[in-house]
Amino acid sequence: MHARTDAAIETTPSWPDEIFSILQRFEVRQVAYVPDAGHSQLIRRVLSSASMRGIPLTTEEEGVALLAGAWAGGERGVVLMQSSGVGNCINMLSLVPLLKFPLFMLVTMRGEWGEFNPWQVPMGASTQGVLELSGVEVLRASNPQEVPEVVEAGAAQAYNALTPTAVLLSQRLIGAKVFK
Amino acid sequence: MSKANLLNRRQVVAALLAGRKDAVAVGGLGASTNDITAAGDHPRNFYLWGGMGGAVMIGLGLALAQPKLPVLVITGDGEMLMGMGSLATVGLQKPGNLSIVVLDNECYGETGGQVSHTAAVADLVGVAKSCGIGDARAMSTMSEVDAFAKAIQDVSAGPRFASVKIDSAGVERVLPTRDGTYIMNRIRGDLGFPPI
Repeated sequence: MHARTDAAIETTPSWPDEIFSILQRFEVRQVAYVPDAGHSQLIRRVLSSASMRGIPLTTEEEGVALLAGAWAGGERGVVLMQSSGVGNCINMLSLVPLLKFPLFMLVTMRGEWGEFNPWQVPMGASTQGVLELSGVEVLRASNPQEVPEVVEAGAAQAYNALTPTAVLLSQRLIGAKVFK
Repeated sequence: MSKANLLNRRQVVAALLAGRKDAVAVGGLGASTNDITAAGDHPRNFYLWGGMGGAVMIGLGLALAQPKLPVLVITGDGEMLMGMGSLATVGLQKPGNLSIVVLDNECYGETGGQVSHTAAVADLVGVAKSCGIGDARAMSTMSEVDAFAKAIQDVSAGPRFASVKIDSAGVERVLPTRDGTYIMNRIRGDLGFPPI
């Protein structure tokens, strides 16, 4: 839907594996996603994991509702998406303060840092504002070195303090999609 | 408005929940959540007052977390139409313990009775089937509803989906608690999870 090819990621970075380890440590069981190339390495790890279930969604709001059900049943989840998917979540995010379940979102950014496609820009520009207006605290990681500590902090506050949290993974970190 | 050949929503939901045992029931936004309430409050009732389109996904998250428990989502045609993609998501995961019932009155009963897509074109049983939910059926008699209620207890044979055409005539309002945190924590407590 919002393709960014694997070719844009020229070498295999270690930060997706570090995210996977953090999710494992926090005993995350349900990993819901609408695919993004920036999440492809993490999704592969999840799909081959014995302790996590990868759950492909048709739209990102499904993931928010899924996490409410997971928590009612005693499990933690996370939703992976691209920035354009944040807009799809808005009404469903109203469940979070009402039901008080842990919401943790990992959002790969488009529409910034060398973006080629103007159609990605409006939603990319409003992603952080939309999340904050919806009651979700936003953290950001802009370089590979800071990914582990930012994701770790995000997971800790989401799961331990029930602070609804999204970590934005910058386009600078992932690389702009090359169209050629 | 009452049509003789259509089932009564309250009777349908009461029959679905009569032998529920350990089942968790999720009620979609609108009259379905009230029907579940009318059948009797229960610590394992997940009442939704919002999040339109999310009922099936809440059921899926619960069903995957608690694979031995029957999970029954009861929702309306409008709520189901908004979350139609979630049927494809369920079809992919195939949780054996998840059952979905749509109470189809072919209209948006809470907002003035405007006709919904199921009145003319949308066949939700067909949608469920084509999304990979093999056991998808239309029910038009109480004996079919009773049989479905028994089937829900088999947590290895789902997911299953049923649509019941119901009478669109209004029924007495029976409202559940509106406190979402209470609803969530009551279910968690009943399943044995302590507060954080």
